[in-house]
Amino acid sequence: MSDLTSRTPKLDRRTVLGTLAGAASLPLWARHAGAQTAEPIRIGFQKHATGIGAAYGRWYDRTSQAAVARINAEGGINGRPVELITEDDGTDPKRGAELVEKFATQHRCDVAFGTLFSHVVVGSAPRAGELKLPYFVVSEGHHVASGMLNRYTLQPGITDVKSQVISMAPWVTQNLGKKVTMIFPDYAFGHDHRDFFTDAVKAQGGEVVGLVAIPPTETSFTRYFPRIPRETEVIYHVMVGPAVLTFVKEMGEFFGPSRPEIFGFIDSLEAVDLASPGLEFLEGTYFWEGAPRYAQADQSEHDRLFRAAVGVDANGASVDDPRDVSTYAHMFGCWETLYVIKAGMEACGYRGPQDRAALIEAVEAMTDMPHSAEHPQGAKVFNGRTHQVFGPQFISRVTEGRLVVQHQTAIKDGFYPDEVDYTAQPL
Amino acid sequence: MEFGPHLMLAMIEGAVMAAVLALMASGLSLVFGVMRVVNVAHGEFYMLGAVAAWVVTDLVGAGPAWSFAAALILAPLCIGTLAAAIDMSVLKRLSYDPERTIVATIGLLYILQQATLMGYGADARPVAAPFDTRIALPWVEWAQGGLALYWPWGLSVTAYKLFVIAAAIVILLGLRLLMTRSRIGLVMRATRIDGEMALAFGIPVERVYALVFGLGAGLAALAGVLVVPISQAHYLMGGDALLLSFIVVIIGGLGSLGGTIVAAILIGMGEGIVSVFFSPTLAKIIATLLVALVLVFRPQGLFGARAR
Repeated sequence: MSDLTSRTPKLDRRTVLGTLAGAASLPLWARHAGAQTAEPIRIGFQKHATGIGAAYGRWYDRTSQAAVARINAEGGINGRPVELITEDDGTDPKRGAELVEKFATQHRCDVAFGTLFSHVVVGSAPRAGELKLPYFVVSEGHHVASGMLNRYTLQPGITDVKSQVISMAPWVTQNLGKKVTMIFPDYAFGHDHRDFFTDAVKAQGGEVVGLVAIPPTETSFTRYFPRIPRETEVIYHVMVGPAVLTFVKEMGEFFGPSRPEIFGFIDSLEAVDLASPGLEFLEGTYFWEGAPRYAQADQSEHDRLFRAAVGVDANGASVDDPRDVSTYAHMFGCWETLYVIKAGMEACGYRGPQDRAALIEAVEAMTDMPHSAEHPQGAKVFNGRTHQVFGPQFISRVTEGRLVVQHQTAIKDGFYPDEVDYTAQPL
Repeated sequence: MEFGPHLMLAMIEGAVMAAVLALMASGLSLVFGVMRVVNVAHGEFYMLGAVAAWVVTDLVGAGPAWSFAAALILAPLCIGTLAAAIDMSVLKRLSYDPERTIVATIGLLYILQQATLMGYGADARPVAAPFDTRIALPWVEWAQGGLALYWPWGLSVTAYKLFVIAAAIVILLGLRLLMTRSRIGLVMRATRIDGEMALAFGIPVERVYALVFGLGAGLAALAGVLVVPISQAHYLMGGDALLLSFIVVIIGGLGSLGGTIVAAILIGMGEGIVSVFFSPTLAKIIATLLVALVLVFRPQGLFGARAR
């Protein structure tokens, strides 16, 4: 859009609208004719099409396609169209690493993008670093900001677990209780929750009285619940994968009418309809949401635009099929990351793979990202040294079968001291 | 949770698992017993049962009870018919050669799994239980005035889980009656003991094989239908179920229905109790160790007959 408007000497509303309408009526090649090359910018997208992350993969794909369609309709990046090269990583770290290689060598992608599950990120990032392929992840793991990965891996579209739990722990301990039992998946992502939330609760004068780790492939959970100590005031649960509905349902069966307060990460119910049989007991419990699944009374115009573009209704389900519930709390990260890639490429005048290092530096130079159509979840602050973005979090209560936001954290609530300075690493 | 109620909860969980396992493993054992075919695709028939239950309940849409009843009848029938067709078009052409049928059923496993992925998708989907009342269970304790009942925190079962246990008992009794008291059972036993002689006496052995393979797959599918309101239908759910079924039939003795049921109870209850008190991984380690011990000291299984 920038090169379309820059040629307009006197910019008034009517001229801009006229130019845009004219551009929209041209075929795609003509719109990008002003660029040095009409060759598309290729973004390799690791999609969890199969395996335990499939529900996320489906919605990450829809969100990314919607963002790319919007970016292309606005003139692409540096006047060039954007093309997503999608491959299934099977939610498998080994295949993830193979895909990174495939994107770099076979598909000649400019960047790699998109994956959620932290073990796939951890498996893929070293190969991206070796191939010097910018790798934009939309995970929540703390691995980027902890310094475990490399300078080519960035997380500019979604806040990490450490920041999420630090920002919400004060609300949980002050409003729900100070004796917490945690139920979490027994791998990297769950361990981030265990470690950082335990510390955050202690810092608030609370105590974690029970830790229940569950293998990620588990399909039956009742056997784990007797380990919850009786003095528990708050259950903190976060589960992922295809069995999440079973997990929440069996938790309800276990507690019956006398449950403690329950605070869950929406991961335990992403892509699951709150009206599913057996979930009635969730009424009155609380959830973390990265972005509120149900359109709230004070919904922003940006959220409205984002929902419409991706095809999500006010209940967070597909407009085509109300039973197809989205992964709304995470998928905005794909949209926002693609706009960060666009902003970074435009800032460094990206031409091709020879400018990958310049792209990394351009993204590292970013700081404030205002609440906008490009960042519909909320304003964000990017830390170029740790390659991690920070944003607001939402605590919602299940009220009459809907998630209603009770509290929104401030961005600064989630800040913590830097653990790495990637800018000191060579490019 | 106190020890007593904790143990009772573990036993209930174990019993549900044993019930499902007994159904599934008896299908595997039946196919091996009569046809000498090790059906590696058995877990996929279980998965297909669960997926078909979702499809049927979704199509019927007449309230949880009616939809589930329809699934309970239609899903095993469809999967059984599919399996019989597979027997006639694949296994028969391999002359039921033990090695070649193993390779063929491995291929079948992947075909069924990937076809499900393409048609049904990668999501886990729930099926509503026909009834799902939570039943809080009482426990007895010594109070000042003698024995007294109380309801411990967390000690409960759902009506549906009790139904699964009861249904498995009824179905297995029915299977036993079919094998021992009916003409079809007699024909199956005759085919098992000596196929060639049975053929000489005019028994259509190939049709019996198709029926047995269909019945075995139908039993796995029935287990899948029963389990789906508890744990959802997912295209990868066959793997674990197959492993446990093999453990059960190896311990019980391949081809021995009675042994299969005893082993299913042993493994199901053992896994339930060990995984509640220790860890599910330890339960799997113990089960695998048990298989190794049985193979070393009693290769024919606890109840299997020695090869003649």
